[in-house]
Amino acid sequence: MSSSEPPPNVPVTPHVGKALPHESAVGHVTGAAHYTDDLLPRYADALHAWPVQSPHAHARLSQAAIDDAAALAIEGVVTVLTVADVPGANEVGPVAHDEALFPEEVMHCGQAVAWVLGETLEAAKLGAAAVVVDYEPLPAITTMRQAIAAESFLTEALVIESGDSGDVEAALAAAPHTLEGELEIGGQEHFYLETQAAIACWDEAGEVFVHSSTQHPSETQEVVARVLGLHRNRVTCQSLRMGGAFGGKEVQANPVAAVAALGAHKTGRPVRVRYDRQLDMTMTGKRHPFLARYRAGYDGDGRIVAFDLQLYSDGGYSLDLSKAIMFRALFHCDNCYRIPNLRVVGRVLRTHKTSQTAFRGFGGPQGMVAGEDMLARVAQAVGKPAHEVRALNFYAEGDRTPYGQLVRDAERIPRIWSGLMGSADFEARRAAVAEFNASHPHEKRGLAITPVKFGISFTTSFLNQAGALVLVYQDGSVQVNHGGTEMGQGLHTKMLQIAADGLGVTLDQVRLMPTRTDKVPNTSATAASSGSDLNGAAVERACAQIRERMAEVAGRRLQVPPMDLRFAGGRVFPFWCAPGHPDHGASSLGFVELAQQAYLERVSLFAAGYYRTPAIHYDEAAGRGKPFHYFAYGAAVSEVEVDGFTGQFVLRRVDILHDVGSSISPLIDRGQIEGGFIQGMGWLTSEELIWAEDGRLATRGASTYKLPTLGECPEAFHVELLPMAAEPAVVKGSKAVGEPPFMLAISVREALREAVAAFAAESNAAPVELGCPSTPEAVYWAIEGVREGRAKQVSAAE
Amino acid sequence: MNGESLEVEGIDPHTTLLDFLRDRGLVGTKEGCAEGECGACAVVVLRLEHEGPRYVAVNACLTLVGSVLGAELRTVEGLSPQPGSRSAGRAAGPSVAELHPVQRAMVELGGSQCGYCTPGFVVSMFAEYYRREASLTPSGEPGLRWDPESVAGNLCRCTGYRPIREAMRSLPLAAEDDGFRARLSQPLAPLGEASLVREDVPGGGGTRRLHRPASLAGALALLAEEPAAKLIAGGTDLVVEVNQRDRRWPTLIALEAVDELRTLELGGEEIRIGAGLNLSELEHRLGGALPLLDELFPLFSSRLIRNRATLGGNLVNASPIGDSPPALLALDARVVLASQRGERELPLVEFFTGYRQTALAPGELLRAVIVPRRAPTHAHFYKVSKRVLDDISTVAAAFAVDLDPASNTVTRARLAYGGVAATPVRAQAVEQALVGRPWTAETVAELAPQLRESFTPLSDHRGSAAYRQAMLARTFEKFFHETQAGRRLGPQPPPSVVLPVLPPRPQKGANA
Ligand SMILES: Cc1cc2nc3c(=O)[nH]c(=O)nc-3n(C[C@H](O)[C@H](O)[C@H](O)COP(=O)(O)OP(=O)(O)OC[C@H]3O[C@@H](n4cnc5c(N)ncnc54)[C@H](O)[C@@H]3O)c2cc1C
Ligand code: FES
Ligand code: FES
Repeated sequence: MSSSEPPPNVPVTPHVGKALPHESAVGHVTGAAHYTDDLLPRYADALHAWPVQSPHAHARLSQAAIDDAAALAIEGVVTVLTVADVPGANEVGPVAHDEALFPEEVMHCGQAVAWVLGETLEAAKLGAAAVVVDYEPLPAITTMRQAIAAESFLTEALVIESGDSGDVEAALAAAPHTLEGELEIGGQEHFYLETQAAIACWDEAGEVFVHSSTQHPSETQEVVARVLGLHRNRVTCQSLRMGGAFGGKEVQANPVAAVAALGAHKTGRPVRVRYDRQLDMTMTGKRHPFLARYRAGYDGDGRIVAFDLQLYSDGGYSLDLSKAIMFRALFHCDNCYRIPNLRVVGRVLRTHKTSQTAFRGFGGPQGMVAGEDMLARVAQAVGKPAHEVRALNFYAEGDRTPYGQLVRDAERIPRIWSGLMGSADFEARRAAVAEFNASHPHEKRGLAITPVKFGISFTTSFLNQAGALVLVYQDGSVQVNHGGTEMGQGLHTKMLQIAADGLGVTLDQVRLMPTRTDKVPNTSATAASSGSDLNGAAVERACAQIRERMAEVAGRRLQVPPMDLRFAGGRVFPFWCAPGHPDHGASSLGFVELAQQAYLERVSLFAAGYYRTPAIHYDEAAGRGKPFHYFAYGAAVSEVEVDGFTGQFVLRRVDILHDVGSSISPLIDRGQIEGGFIQGMGWLTSEELIWAEDGRLATRGASTYKLPTLGECPEAFHVELLPMAAEPAVVKGSKAVGEPPFMLAISVREALREAVAAFAAESNAAPVELGCPSTPEAVYWAIEGVREGRAKQVSAAE
Repeated sequence: MNGESLEVEGIDPHTTLLDFLRDRGLVGTKEGCAEGECGACAVVVLRLEHEGPRYVAVNACLTLVGSVLGAELRTVEGLSPQPGSRSAGRAAGPSVAELHPVQRAMVELGGSQCGYCTPGFVVSMFAEYYRREASLTPSGEPGLRWDPESVAGNLCRCTGYRPIREAMRSLPLAAEDDGFRARLSQPLAPLGEASLVREDVPGGGGTRRLHRPASLAGALALLAEEPAAKLIAGGTDLVVEVNQRDRRWPTLIALEAVDELRTLELGGEEIRIGAGLNLSELEHRLGGALPLLDELFPLFSSRLIRNRATLGGNLVNASPIGDSPPALLALDARVVLASQRGERELPLVEFFTGYRQTALAPGELLRAVIVPRRAPTHAHFYKVSKRVLDDISTVAAAFAVDLDPASNTVTRARLAYGGVAATPVRAQAVEQALVGRPWTAETVAELAPQLRESFTPLSDHRGSAAYRQAMLARTFEKFFHETQAGRRLGPQPPPSVVLPVLPPRPQKGANA
């Protein structure tokens, strides 16, 4: 990539690295930024779709026997979609083809078995209530423990094993001390503010056009084509922007678009599908609940010598992305710690629930929580402060992970750690907390620091590719298309910055286009935090090609070798005549003028850029490889105060130091860190998914499922980006930032553990049994447990 | 609507303002939950309150069009001089300098990521911007009181809130020539009578009506004529039923315009609160006259909800987890019921007759709540919930005790709870057992087991039966320790902050 080398003396990156607001911010605050369902008023003749949802978690039915007579008798009901209407495959599963769009075997409570189309939403809903389905209920598996007992699995056992001393059993047997733990880790609802939505219609050529709130337009296109039995070139999918996604629209947007497209196919009219919150919560997958069981061997200082971890995830009814998610859990149970002998075995359970799916962190958080739980217990067992035991076990330069990847830049872990301990005033505050606790019998504070190491890349190696299409018009205005989707993470803003600098123009000369499959084909999902790494490199390469061609033209005009020309601020000039130089005006050319000239000279002004991440691979059978391009690091300090009467708590202060490489867009990156942290805190504290015994989701709306509000945001919230951290192998030296900060919130859970432990009588060293999520009720029972000197756990609503 | 008038015709009386706006192409207002929890649907209503017109932010998803017919409304599209072009569907529009100061602060400080929650935040902040009261900063300079709670009814899944808080706090005082501010000193006509009718509802729904009488007599007459008609006050319970459980009624009577229900009489002995007064206005006008209620207000739902929710609705809804009943029970409140037959008064404790059932007779409505003005020696309100702000109680408790100062013995006790039985309840056996006992840790410890066994709560998604049972006694122990410590214990809702007054920022273009 010689073309992107910074030239001498000239500031060629005036946009990259600047703290800019989100490119759609003005649209956001004025209401002018549109989302998929906001387009509905343009389709005056659109039909509305509503599902017929199964009341059973597991049942058999006959699609052919679905009785829609009563529904069709209702004024405004247009038709009822069943399997008979499907011209292609009745199949929408992303990886394994194991999800019927119109099932004959219901696999979870709330699953759609048929769809009613109405002139109004009211008619569609009335129609759906009137459809008669004859279900034959079957026994259902609704908990992980039931699934384990029934050997109901979606995958084989996935294993990573590595050992300095042969095998883990031997290492455990030889360890000076051992302990065991078991932890259930709750799932999480995405609760993107914008629920799933799609509108399908006909384009000018009479082919299918789908507006979809999807993170993965190419796959949405593929699934629509599959269901309609069409080649993909006859289906165009556009993702305008999303009102949040977090992984929940990586594959789960597909059936929504498929129903809309099928409806349009059958009726010839535009069809709109929009889940309301209750549909969204009862029909779409969530973060996987996990069950972790482990044994750890350690020495008297708290050094880990062996870790044997068994992970189960609740995959719900179908495979979805569960296998890759479990792999990521395996890859992250070590977090920042060198564990000389490790065996981690993961297996995805099949239950009769929604099919659990991608969610920020993608299994990494669950693996990491299990590992951190183990470390906290070891610290308690050896009677040392947890932060010391953590630091004692850090990876050092030259260490490899259990799957054999070199931990590059391992020195950043202690660098971040000690930097943050200093800026957060950790030691002094620890003393202050101890003092507070000694004088307050009913309120206790807890302070904890935890680190994060998160691997960046899709662990499915072939997904690590991206494309871009950059178009320069004769008037010097630019359109940028790339394969990534915008869900609030600021990807488009970063791409705009990269493109503007790549062509040396101003931001207002560049327009970012909605993501469409007719611009860039065969894209990967915008996921795995990789959106800006992959698409940024593709955009940069596309711009570089155009710039090179334009430099030829300019070189002839200015009588300067093209390689000596610089593009910046909308002008092109030799590097010795930078803006400010007296000859700059005379010996430079405007970008607009140059574009015009290039056109006249018949020079192409558009280019496709393509990028694939080099040198990543993973051998599943061996459990070895280099699945990640690099690691992102960070650490957080959290302080909480807990009410001993009720278990309620507040987060008093948070300090974060995080490694984003050289930030392309510091305001955006800080937003990702803060937002990820608070979302992680929600997962670990207030957000609790509860399923009834019959498999019905009891928490199906915002009134029962509790996201953090402003009241949970700590009054003191300090975020710093790690300085001097450029990542050489990534576009503009940046690092991915979407997911890693999510796991910084583990510090909140560990701070709660510290506070709970402070309620114990001096003499009493019972381990803290803290449920996950640590709701006030879970904290209360943990306090009662340490007060009574025994571990006791009563889980909610069981 | 945004300065233009919109004709309303042919809609179902159950149509929410949110659905109506989006149908009319005003799609800046979003739906995130349709149950009043997320605030994505917030819009501004210019409302005639006791002190004159005021901007209030409300949840459009829980507001029926019929309740606000004739009102002046603003959506996010109507807050800056050049609302973004609706038809072009692009994010461009006004320049940053032309934005309303609230919008501008959100842009510059990174207050939006996906942007879906943003219109709602902007609207809540807009209302707060014109509401902000002058106070003194800790250093004694003039300042603006910012209530963090003003956006507690808005959920954001992306930002983590810090930049939004920053944006809110960065706001200056509204400029003198701010057109929106100027509007507040002009007269506003009260809402009058209105009605909506829809005939031939599909699926055999018959005819549906909404009446909005402008007087109590009018409301009582309608109710006498059709005792089965459903009353709607703020709608924050009722419209949740409409949206989430598809409930429909043949006749709705909106109490919005009945001024007699929005009165507040601060007597020397008693305070008489109109059942239709919204909780925000009630809080403001009480001005601290009922300290126990001041503890309750910030914990009761969110500002958005309280801007419409009424005390009458909370009591008549008779939910076992309602928050005002325990507080009002602890204060020995009475209720005034009215019908065309006349008025009658009842102790609140007799008003709740069963699970979601009240002593209201057909044709009767709740007119007022009377709260005796006596100050117990100690009284506090407790809310056990998953979140500090904007959550529904797992257990709510209100305690009031009177002590004989000489002997430190209890002379009178009220222990009231929500969330532990089918109705809001008082632990009367323990109340009696307390009388005559010394107010000591021993007494509390002795009675705790009895308190814990007083009721047999159920398990649900908010909490287990065992936890609720434990909380019966724990909240009371906490109360005792607070009376001893002389301060509240444990996490408290974030306090309001007083910030220095910043000079207004110039804004391009005319305002309203
Ligand atoms: C997001 C959200 C959060 C909430 N949080 C809380 C909370 O923290 N604590 C809490 O206690 N509640 C909470 N609620 C419930 C609700 O806001 C309150 O119960 C509110 O006080 C209801 O008042 P309203 O005027 O909106 O009632 P409406 O919905 O208008 O009416 C409720 C019922 O009362 C009847 N009614 C209303 N007024 C009268 C009258 N004058 N005479 C006779 N009948 C009447 C109606 O017919 C209806 O049956 C919450 C609701 C939401 C949506
Ligand atoms: S849509 Fe969530 S509060 Fe109205
Ligand atoms: S910015 Fe996405 S929900 Fe707030």
